[in-house]
Amino acid sequence: MTRLSQARSESVFKDFKPAYDANHAVVEANRCLYCIEAPCQIACPTKIDIPQFIRRIATDNVKNSAKTILSSNILGMSCARVCPVEVLCVGACVYNEMNQPPIQIGKLQRYATDLALEKGWRFFEAGEDSGRSVGLVGAGPASLAAAHELRRHGHAVTVYDKRDVVGGLNTWGVAPYKLRAEDALAEVDYVLGIGGIDVQLGIEVGDGEFSDLSWADLEAKHDAVFLGFGLGEDSGLDVPGLDLAGVHGAVDFIECFKTGSVDLSWARHAVVIGGGNTAVDAVRELKGLGVAEVSLVYRGTEAGMSGYQHEWKAAKVEGVRASWRSQPLAFLGSERLLSIHCARLGDDKQPTGDTYTIAADLALLAIGQGKLGKIIAGLDGIETKWGRVVVDETGATGRPGWFAGGDCTNGGKEVVNAVAEGKAAAAAIHAYVTRTNATGGA
Amino acid sequence: MATKKPDLTSNTAGIISPNPFWLASAPPTNSGPQIMRAFEAGWGGAVWKTLGQPVQNVSSRFGGLNYNGKRNIGFNNIELITDRPLESNFREIREVKREFPNHALIISLMVETEKEWEDIIARTVDAGADGLELNYGCPHGMCERGMGSAVGQEPEVNKRLTGWAKKYAEKYSPGLPVLVKLTPNVGDIVPNGLAAQAGNADGVSLINTIKSIIGLDIDNFVPVPTVGGKSSNGGYCGAAVKPIALHMVGALARDPRFNIPISGIGGVANWRDAVEFILMGSSSVQVCTEVMLKGYRIVEDMICGLEEYMISHDFQTIDEMVGKAVPQFSNWGDLDLNYEVIAKIDADKCIGCYDCVVACNDGAHQCMFVAEPGADGVVAKRVPIIDESECVGCNLCQIVCPVPDCISMVQVDNGHAPSTWNQHLAGEGQLRYKKGSH
Repeated sequence: MTRLSQARSESVFKDFKPAYDANHAVVEANRCLYCIEAPCQIACPTKIDIPQFIRRIATDNVKNSAKTILSSNILGMSCARVCPVEVLCVGACVYNEMNQPPIQIGKLQRYATDLALEKGWRFFEAGEDSGRSVGLVGAGPASLAAAHELRRHGHAVTVYDKRDVVGGLNTWGVAPYKLRAEDALAEVDYVLGIGGIDVQLGIEVGDGEFSDLSWADLEAKHDAVFLGFGLGEDSGLDVPGLDLAGVHGAVDFIECFKTGSVDLSWARHAVVIGGGNTAVDAVRELKGLGVAEVSLVYRGTEAGMSGYQHEWKAAKVEGVRASWRSQPLAFLGSERLLSIHCARLGDDKQPTGDTYTIAADLALLAIGQGKLGKIIAGLDGIETKWGRVVVDETGATGRPGWFAGGDCTNGGKEVVNAVAEGKAAAAAIHAYVTRTNATGGA
Repeated sequence: MATKKPDLTSNTAGIISPNPFWLASAPPTNSGPQIMRAFEAGWGGAVWKTLGQPVQNVSSRFGGLNYNGKRNIGFNNIELITDRPLESNFREIREVKREFPNHALIISLMVETEKEWEDIIARTVDAGADGLELNYGCPHGMCERGMGSAVGQEPEVNKRLTGWAKKYAEKYSPGLPVLVKLTPNVGDIVPNGLAAQAGNADGVSLINTIKSIIGLDIDNFVPVPTVGGKSSNGGYCGAAVKPIALHMVGALARDPRFNIPISGIGGVANWRDAVEFILMGSSSVQVCTEVMLKGYRIVEDMICGLEEYMISHDFQTIDEMVGKAVPQFSNWGDLDLNYEVIAKIDADKCIGCYDCVVACNDGAHQCMFVAEPGADGVVAKRVPIIDESECVGCNLCQIVCPVPDCISMVQVDNGHAPSTWNQHLAGEGQLRYKKGSH
């Protein structure tokens, strides 16, 4: 299936949060207060029974700990590493209320799930063949979580992805100091280990010029459809110089060094445009890849940035600097980028009239990704809003038998949200394809 | 005003040491060089590892009890008495006394026949001991040979052997203090302490180790420590045994018939433990396990911690402290049944873990509940609710609460005069309404 390049630039990164060994895990697990109505569990989008899995680590019952985690979240290994636990479970830990270090839930979850993958502990079997078939578009976390759940119900499952890489952002988009591509792929293998998930890579579904499978054909082949195709390409800016060598979309650039090798030995001054989590990932990644000077240019303020404060704090510790209330007017240079001409903004985010130029030989645009709702917008019954596919709380679209989840519906949230949405949709799909008057055909 | 430094000198049945901290008879006192290092580190006394007919020991010998990721809260061993030639031991005893004349050096002894007792006492006294400790405690190995706890479990035998030892101690070194080390492996410690006293012992040391199996290797179906695929019961010690030891020390200290000094042993790991043993009636304390785990150096903290405690409580001497808590160690039947406390939660400190709610409902008397959601369906603050009319004041919520001073047990005035069970049996006093008993 997915074959990774041997020489990948991401391999230089060390884990930002190193793994626990057994002793550390047991000591940390024993600190857990084992709350009831636990705030950590309430904060988890996939509602993992956190006190229970931690208790099982504490008693050296790790296999059942992993089972507790994976029963709620089959992508528990990657979520353990990439979840912004500081604003989810760990942020909700009651120890915060008494100014004590909160339980390191992510690291404990990693300990149990790493062992599950390493030892090959398997907890789930495919259900008896139901005779129903579901097509899932996109091979990222939402689809994988849905596919695994659907296989437990015995439905035939086919996952399509236009790329030749399985795993979605987990494989080609997540910061490597959190999760490396080979680990993401190991988890995909673990999920697919339930058997019967047919993954079709290099197949673009849709009615576009380069599509391999039309929406109509997809609908005809399956009893239900799940859309988990994520987001589109990096958004651009309406300023001159975007075509200069050295100007890239951030997500595109991250994919390059995660799945392959990039040479940045020439880069002296890198600038990332944006203030969201992709921007914060990008500055830390550029630092890690050896660029001496890395800075952020953001039109908002430090307090108002949408990137997580704990991540940005880490970036600052690593030496990243920022220009707040700034926005590029032009990327300058001849063939290669040499500098960026920027405008200073006031508190109303309007130009103050002041401008300045900063040296930059590498610029990454991290100002968002295109929404792909338009590729599906023509289908009867499917509603889109701001480019997102509109679904109800079960993941159902307005078109019977069509469901959706993950970034294409929520506009770009965490892996754990995609898993939760995929799982919820799987339950709705199961109900749909097994409804009493089901006749086949979505 | 300068505070007067308290005097830590300890006197246990005439055995004087510069402080009350002795090393118990065990691996840390196996040889002269070890004991000299211990005295240099600050230990006030040491009880030499038991001398007798030198043994052959097994390998391995020790096991640790771990709990919740904390290692060695309890410990056991299947090592026996000295395995070194007696001549080497006696030579080193002389050296230690020559180098450290003001430290207490007590020699632990364990032999069988009267002839052997006379012989070993004569040689020990000749080497220069400050006192003898008769090992009637060892619950493993030696008891299978009719010694150790086999003696300590039979008051009559205890008294007879103590009588022999005392006779020969008087013969070879008049006035030499003899302590009897008692085993906790008995139903009631008091008759055994009284037997030692009846045998003319000058004092007792307790407790020796508790007969134990520290754990099993569940993959190979064998207890640990494992010796060639088998194991044997050992002697349990370490921090976890302190409550048992404190009770036995207190049981003797408060018995009106018992009136000889006590050297307290069992789970003493720090100055606070030592203070507890002294307040419960010990004139000195003996330490083994914590030294085995952390080394002789722990005594520095014990000394300054004890000094600090004595200053803050205005004690000038150890003697002023000895037995200070004994009068408050009462029979249950003399406790005031009308005394009443209830739990109060400091809502500002509460972190909302609800561990107290779980404990109260599953392990106690079901008077605590989780916070109710408000009209908006949201719990404003996760603070448990206490039904005070049902709270029996058991303390469990306070014990499980992870936040210091968050739950306090507050005395309430129920209008009843004090009354005990024993008074009630005698037809006196009136008992209050029983809570939580419907």
